[in-house]
Amino acid sequence: MRGFLTLLARNRLALVGLIVIGCVALLALITPLLPLANPNVIDTPNRFQPPFSAGAVLGTDHLGRDLLSRLLWGTRLSLAMGLAAAMIAATIGSAIGIIAGYYGGRTDNVIMRGVDMLMGFPYILLALAIVAALGPGLMNALIAVAAVNVPFFARNIRGITVGIAHKEFVDAARLSGMRNRDIILSEVLPNVLPVIVIAMSTTVGWMILETAGLSFLGLGSQPPQADLGSMLGEARSALITHPHTSIVPGAMILVIVMGINLLGDGVRDALDPRLKSGALSRPMPATTVDRHGPVPTARTDSLLDIVGLRTEFRVRDRVYKAVGGVDLHVEQGECLGIIGESGSGKSVTALSVMGLVASPPGVITGGAVHFDGTDLIGAPYEVLRALRGRRVAYIFQDPLATLHPLYKVGDQLIEAIQTHDPLSKEAARIRAIDLLKSVRIPNAESRIDSYPYEMSGGMRQRVGIAMALANDPDVIIADEPTTALDVTVQAQILSVLSDLRRERGLAIIFITHDFGVVGQLCDRVAVMYAGQIVEEGPTEAVLRNPHHPYTSRLIDCVPTLGGGQRKLAAIPGLPPVVDRLPVGCAFAERCDKADPTCRADAIALMPTGAGRKTRCLFPETKQERIV
Amino acid sequence: MSEALKLTDLSKSFAVGKRLFGPPKAMVHAVQPLDLTVTTGETLGIVGESGCGKSTLAKMLVGLLPPTTGQIEIEGAVLDNADPARFGKRIQYVFQDPISSLNPRKTIRQIMEVPLRRLHHMDKATRAARIREIFAAVNLREEFLDRYPHEFSGGQAQRIGIARALAAQARILILDEPVSALDVSVQAQVLNLLADLKEAFGLTYLFISHDLAVVEAVSDRIAVLYFGAIVEVGSAREIFANARHPYTALLAASAPEVGRPIVAPETAATELPDPLSPPLGCAFNERCGFATDRCRAEKPALTTDETGRAFACFNPLATTR
Amino acid sequence: MTGYILKRLVSAIPVLLGISVIVFLIMAMIPGDPATAILGSYATPENVEKLNRDLGLDQGLVPRYFIWLGHMVQGDFGRSFALNRPVLDEVLDRFGATLILAGTSFVLCSLLGVAAGVVSAARQYGWADKAITFVVLVGISIPSFFLGMMMILIFAVQLRWFPVSGMWPIYGDRTLWVLLDHLFMPALALAVVATGVIARLARSAMLEVLRQDFIRTARAKGVREGRVIWRHALRAAMVSIIPVLGIQAGFVLSGAVYIEMVFQWPGVGRMLVDAILKRDILLVQGGVVFIAACYVMFNIMVDVAQAMLDPRIKT
Ligand SMILES: Nc1ncnc2c1ncn2[C@@H]1O[C@H](COP(=O)(O)OP(=O)(O)OP(=O)(O)O)[C@@H](O)[C@H]1O
Ligand code: SF4
Ligand code: SF4
Ligand SMILES: [Mg+2]
Repeated sequence: MRGFLTLLARNRLALVGLIVIGCVALLALITPLLPLANPNVIDTPNRFQPPFSAGAVLGTDHLGRDLLSRLLWGTRLSLAMGLAAAMIAATIGSAIGIIAGYYGGRTDNVIMRGVDMLMGFPYILLALAIVAALGPGLMNALIAVAAVNVPFFARNIRGITVGIAHKEFVDAARLSGMRNRDIILSEVLPNVLPVIVIAMSTTVGWMILETAGLSFLGLGSQPPQADLGSMLGEARSALITHPHTSIVPGAMILVIVMGINLLGDGVRDALDPRLKSGALSRPMPATTVDRHGPVPTARTDSLLDIVGLRTEFRVRDRVYKAVGGVDLHVEQGECLGIIGESGSGKSVTALSVMGLVASPPGVITGGAVHFDGTDLIGAPYEVLRALRGRRVAYIFQDPLATLHPLYKVGDQLIEAIQTHDPLSKEAARIRAIDLLKSVRIPNAESRIDSYPYEMSGGMRQRVGIAMALANDPDVIIADEPTTALDVTVQAQILSVLSDLRRERGLAIIFITHDFGVVGQLCDRVAVMYAGQIVEEGPTEAVLRNPHHPYTSRLIDCVPTLGGGQRKLAAIPGLPPVVDRLPVGCAFAERCDKADPTCRADAIALMPTGAGRKTRCLFPETKQERIV
Repeated sequence: MSEALKLTDLSKSFAVGKRLFGPPKAMVHAVQPLDLTVTTGETLGIVGESGCGKSTLAKMLVGLLPPTTGQIEIEGAVLDNADPARFGKRIQYVFQDPISSLNPRKTIRQIMEVPLRRLHHMDKATRAARIREIFAAVNLREEFLDRYPHEFSGGQAQRIGIARALAAQARILILDEPVSALDVSVQAQVLNLLADLKEAFGLTYLFISHDLAVVEAVSDRIAVLYFGAIVEVGSAREIFANARHPYTALLAASAPEVGRPIVAPETAATELPDPLSPPLGCAFNERCGFATDRCRAEKPALTTDETGRAFACFNPLATTR
Repeated sequence: MTGYILKRLVSAIPVLLGISVIVFLIMAMIPGDPATAILGSYATPENVEKLNRDLGLDQGLVPRYFIWLGHMVQGDFGRSFALNRPVLDEVLDRFGATLILAGTSFVLCSLLGVAAGVVSAARQYGWADKAITFVVLVGISIPSFFLGMMMILIFAVQLRWFPVSGMWPIYGDRTLWVLLDHLFMPALALAVVATGVIARLARSAMLEVLRQDFIRTARAKGVREGRVIWRHALRAAMVSIIPVLGIQAGFVLSGAVYIEMVFQWPGVGRMLVDAILKRDILLVQGGVVFIAACYVMFNIMVDVAQAMLDPRIKT
């Protein structure tokens, strides 16, 4: 709750809305106590007094009634009507929605058909029909507006409830001995409540407009009683001669509704957890670069040379150093594996190369990526874009999410080709079919016209690979391309990749968390931990004889097939959070060899044997593993 | 030895394309009629690829899904979840996604108290004492009790999930991919914890996973599931090293292993069959290198050989012994 | 596609029936003797007797519904006693004007709203985004009838750019140009709210889509940013925008009631309000059913558009 209020207060616009609404509500509350003229006393000789005339600050209306008094009493009534309508609609609608969503099946089906039918009316028709039946009047207008909004809440809340009712914690509650009624009240409702509040706060304004609208048409509050809508309605005939009688109530409605909408948006932002993390911001076409100091030069003449790369995420007042100075290089035709646990910075490293880290919140703060003589980090967007997909291509993890769901795979392939090569559509199509064949998709000629959702996971990932190959790139960066797949499919994909690499002399950066895959596919491997490379070297040597304690213990705690039932050598503790990295060795917390020197200062990546580097003061030496 | 779980002819079909009235458009047979027993005190592993019916099976065992046919006996009594307060004491479930199995709007203490209050009707003081005991058993600090689920890492949340299952004091735990959402270093911690708890409390596990190596490391016996049916059951030590069913052999060969060259274990790039139009005969026949005409016409039944291995195949692989 | 359209048309039948039931039930809530209530001040004994005969008002609810439905299916919506002519004739006469007004508004708000939303999302936190967000906020907060009145005051009375009200001048030619001249202000006033709602939704739909993995894939392929936004992202965002366009069409149609009052536009909305105030129940009933039926048909078109956009729907 406190968090909610601070978030709300942080949003300046919402604060403005809150203040406006607070003032209006306060005025409405104390209206009976104010020394106002009677709003309904007719004084025809003094009609249409202009504002600021004596005895009537805002002037008088067509019957000579005091406008200020009518305005305040009208505001009071309009606010009350809007709130009441919103409460009624929210309560009934949410109850219907929760029941339909929780019980599902036929209950849901019948209820929702009814709701759909009500929503099949343009809302005012329903309201007009209700008013027509019940007769014009304040209460009837209130009922009409509430009734019209019930389906809106019911449908909205039902959707959310369905999502929650299928969450695992609901199953868990049932297994803990709870009954349906208890589950609805104690598991579902607390999770739906924020959504109800959001829906309410964003519709109160709307309800005020609707009730005012009915009064405006003469179907709501009846003379002489004033609400804002009826005041406008009565003033309409004098619009041209005495505009102030219209402007006064109209402006009031505008102010109220705007204030409520501002506040409602603030409430929504504060309650919607996705917005809390600032996640709903648009990623820029290329990652922001905020690099100070000299640009490191290439150390080698490798094809791709990453030097001292630093990438961080700036979320509010926190800085997550996802990549903290990574050096990596890949040679022509080589396969480099990057291995590490979740959150160790593998993906961010890979995405930084072509400026694909989502930004905001990602920022590249240091280092260089030398590719073919250019530093990609400082490169202008057009240069980067021209290289993307043509020289350096990506394959991503989840093939369903990474392909556009609404375009045929063939069109996506053709687009990849035509982006860098001005081929005719026909020629591009022929090439696309060839590409599909090269990743061993059966019936490529007909598969090219499939949509991604019509394909299996393995086939989709083959399309992903074909797309990466479209322009014969020099380097392919594959970010866990097989993690989402089943083992038998994974084996197929790996074999495709490995053959292609040999045929085309591709350089591959292969990211994974599976030692087995690295061992099968990669020439060299780099091990990442907390945003840094902790060990690097030829795959065989590293796996057989790891130098860094982390590598060694990580290998130990992964079970391998054929080992039988056994106890595993777990690593105690958790990886450090990257917004609070320790000064010295990031692994010190979990390392049994750690001593004070390990924690004193940053530790460099030092050579420890032929082609090998390790970031550790006391590298492992003796044990020779059997693999 | 007694039977902790006994499944007879258990199956589950889902209707797709439901209508308001009248029959649905088609049925998907997520779990085909199967028989299986779990002996008290053992860990039975279940492996299979995604979509093969592992979770459906597990949910039926804990009464979260009603079976289409067949019967489930828990410790000799037929499953009856009419009274959740009684049922929860007999069998419990640990979920795959540790975070989403905890209600984000409740503190850990509130979550832990539910089974104690509802299932065991403990008073406040007893509950607090019991929670302390359980937390000690799963190596969690008591200060965690007043925090909310989002403050925990996956591994910690999974321990909380296990702690909740323990609080029910059921002797049988269904573990549905309990470590697949976790990182390898944390996965080992949780697996070891599960092994310790089993010993300490004399539990029976049904351990579901898609990771062959993990299942092998924790199980006494393993059942391999393919397309909703059990294709092979055998001792964990033997089943992958010495597979009789071609699918088991394919799985074992596909698991990436350091030092073994990559070979696509299948020549034709085929994947799981379409559940809406299942193949005739053996469900594996389109991917199987040993398929004969009989395989395409007839469904093989699960048969047990002299060593106690059960498999459903007309042309099983030879034993290497 | 044809199959899908047919399927949707068939599925509209129960919806239409449901709508007729709802309208019928609402009208059955009228307190007191139905015939007198329907006829109101026109309730002469002959009228009452005739109505009782025509509508079976002396019978139970269910037979009454079927009698009413039977008449309606044959195109007989009853007779307006206030206007002394068949309801359907009056509704059809008025409907054209509403269609012109609401249709223009709908096209306006769809185009403006989507474009504003896309620009706003693409320039998130830039000045264009801020300006659009502010205008949108005012747009969704201002009552359309008040906006209409202010527009009359400023553009018609003060500046004399447009006629004050009406659809045609009392004297003079009925050319397209004259119509547009009269149409501009009401159509715009009517479009403002819906434009705001659509722009907001389009903005958040675009922001949602722009974070998706497939956008990153498009960028990784080297696709130009303009294409990423206007093709990849907008196409995916349209999937959630189109249903809202359907809903907003209902709001435009609803708002037309107010705008028709303010601008003296001779449409069905004004007819309905007058009918309610005169307690001309059959005219209300017929008008509501007719417009609701048209709206159902419109929503089928929306669904078809959605199905053309999203191949996953056609099953
Ligand atoms: N959009 C983001 N906002 C804030 N932090 C982020 C964002 N994306 C990544 N991070 C942080 O950056 C760090 C590195 O993440 P990264 O995705 O590179 O890990 P990874 O090694 O690829 O993990 P995985 O194996 O799960 O793919 C993590 O601590 C993560 O929390
Ligand atoms: S530097 Fe010290 S703490 Fe870090 S891994 Fe090496 S021995 Fe362990
Ligand atoms: S029954 Fe036939 S098709 Fe099925 S696994 Fe055995 S050999 Fe293969
Ligand atoms: Mg990653």
